[in-house]
Amino acid sequence: MTIIQKTGWAAMAALAAGALAVVATSRGEQINALWIVAAAISVYLIAYRFYARFIADRVLRIDPARTTPAHRRADGLDYVPTNRNILFGHHFAAIAGAGPLVGPVLAAQMGYLPGTLWILAGVVVAGAVQDFMILFISMRRDGRSLGELIRMEMGTIPGTIALFGAFMIMVIILAVLALIVVRALAESPWGLFTVAATIPLAMLMGAYTRWIRPGRVGEVSALGMIGLFAAIVFGANVAASPTLAPLFTYTPVQLCWILIGYGAVASVLPVWLLLAPRDYLSTFLKIGAIAALAIGIAIMAPPLRMPAVTVFAGGGGPVWSGSLFPFLFITIACGAVSGFHALIASGTTPKLIASEGDAPFIGYGAMLMESFVAIMALVGASILDPGIYFAMNSPAAVLGPDALSAAAAVTAMGFPIDAATLTQTARDVGEASIISRTGGAPTLAVAMAQIFSHVIGGKAMMAFWYHFAILFEALFILTAVDAGTRAGRFMLQDLLGLLVPRFRDTSAVAPGLVATALCVAAWGFFLYQGVTDPLGGVNTLWPLFGISNQMLAAIALTLATVVLFRMKQHRFAWVTIVPAAWLILCTTAAGLLKLFSADPKVGFLSHAAKYGDALSRGEVLAPAKSIGDMSRIVMNDRIDAGLCAIFLAVVAAILFYGIRTCIAARAVDRPTVSELPALAPAE
Amino acid sequence: MTRTARIIKALRDTARLMVGVPSYDAYRAHMAAHHPDREPMSERTFFRNRQDARYGSAGGGRCC
Repeated sequence: MTIIQKTGWAAMAALAAGALAVVATSRGEQINALWIVAAAISVYLIAYRFYARFIADRVLRIDPARTTPAHRRADGLDYVPTNRNILFGHHFAAIAGAGPLVGPVLAAQMGYLPGTLWILAGVVVAGAVQDFMILFISMRRDGRSLGELIRMEMGTIPGTIALFGAFMIMVIILAVLALIVVRALAESPWGLFTVAATIPLAMLMGAYTRWIRPGRVGEVSALGMIGLFAAIVFGANVAASPTLAPLFTYTPVQLCWILIGYGAVASVLPVWLLLAPRDYLSTFLKIGAIAALAIGIAIMAPPLRMPAVTVFAGGGGPVWSGSLFPFLFITIACGAVSGFHALIASGTTPKLIASEGDAPFIGYGAMLMESFVAIMALVGASILDPGIYFAMNSPAAVLGPDALSAAAAVTAMGFPIDAATLTQTARDVGEASIISRTGGAPTLAVAMAQIFSHVIGGKAMMAFWYHFAILFEALFILTAVDAGTRAGRFMLQDLLGLLVPRFRDTSAVAPGLVATALCVAAWGFFLYQGVTDPLGGVNTLWPLFGISNQMLAAIALTLATVVLFRMKQHRFAWVTIVPAAWLILCTTAAGLLKLFSADPKVGFLSHAAKYGDALSRGEVLAPAKSIGDMSRIVMNDRIDAGLCAIFLAVVAAILFYGIRTCIAARAVDRPTVSELPALAPAE
Repeated sequence: MTRTARIIKALRDTARLMVGVPSYDAYRAHMAAHHPDREPMSERTFFRNRQDARYGSAGGGRCC
């Protein structure tokens, strides 16, 4: 490094430290959101320049001269050497979804500071390291998938356990994402109309790309976008019309069944008809909305109205139960560290890398970018009046029936708000009510509406921007539900194939339909449970999602540790051991608390006991309304507890196999990894 | 190619790869270089092939 470069990086470090100090030490006065943005960007640049390079050069010994799968197996289809910037876009679009938007919004109940610090520390030390290392491991093994990699390096049994874990995560993710859509669209004719309009719109696009102008993705997406905006505009008329509005107004339970039916039908339709064209819309809308959000925050430079740390950091918050440790670290998964990325980093990306030298940029860099999305979501939740935030995110059981009771309940929490403000905010965004619109998406949509309308259109455009934001979130969640059901079906067929070999045949119709039905039934069950949960469902499902996602991250980092030991690079194993240990600690602590905590708000079993005891006395405890409600609550609690126990067992098993493999690898005096040789002949 | 044309092509390729459609030109170039004896897929067949590959397997590829 030259002197000038050194000075530049020292200045960057000073900026990072200064901005973080402002963020961390301000109390009692509002700070500007740009301080968080500045802190985040400088932390990312420093981490990328120094830590990613350290991992690339010293830990993994990246070798740009080595042949990558894209060259070794080049076929112009799956294996194509691709420009690093283009591949970055592909990888980022694949990893960024609803997760980094929702988790930080929920975490804002503890204030903006704990979430910000975890997102920044988590991504640098855990999330980006995991993505980069799994990409590297897969890249050196012909782009194999996570399950196969674990099988190769750790053995068949841990490989199968990991596959099983991945399937469970898929089920929980689909349920929680669908729940978010239900919460956002229930009793909202405007929102539901725009989302429903995307179905015929996508089918028209599908027909266009199939028969009229095959392969013209850009063209058809531009046409689709026009239709999308027309649907948002027309949605206002639907909501105002006494004849049309009832057609698009549903209760959460009705919507739940509609979604389950939709998921079952959509996942067996031909992909070109619905899934592919809607994927175009949702992908481009996602990238566009993320970019617009960044620009909007920069222009508006809003102050943060949420306190740095709220009273709920100690636990007892209405949005989700439990204290900061361990629950903050599982509430924000995506954005800090997400195990699901290990599936993406061992998917299509490693088959497209042109040079090993590109791996840090794509693996580590794209995750930093996703982390920035999480930071923006946290900023969004924190610029809202805290009174509005808590009125939107507390369960109906806490808030009572109307704006008056909600305002009183939230004011009693210590966040003064009056009923008129709540009603007015709902009117501004074109909704009947914003009370108890849990799940994070509506909160973010209100924040995005404030930011966008500040830049374009003013207050008159707020309702438009709110429904734009809801559509943007609902659209890519529905695409994920559709694509996820398909992916889950193949995972399940893989697993069932171990018992019944007939299931292996993915082209046969009957096994495919059975696996699809099982998959929909699995997430549908948890969705229904979440929708009918008197406490709102997010409270129960989001922690399960967080635990399972961080569990998969712990598995991926354990694999990375094993690979470092087998490469004889174990003196650097702390790079993966530290984050793996932290995640195992968090998931185990959270899992055990969810199982055994004596507080019925946290522990599934004590909650089941409380309701079970009342049930045996023939009493009905609020918020249950009947004996039937009571026994359903008890059964749900037991199933959730069983799921937690399974997750704990999976983590323990992988840890056991991981340690065993590391010890075995240490005893051998040469590398034992199963990488492909460096100089295999080109095709 | 001019600089602007290159940037536009790169943006177009990025957008298409985001939804799982790799470059048809690169495919043609690969086929011409390595398999001159084989008839490459038409652009329409290539597009359908990539569409089925993206959604027809467990590695369909996107996150939550």
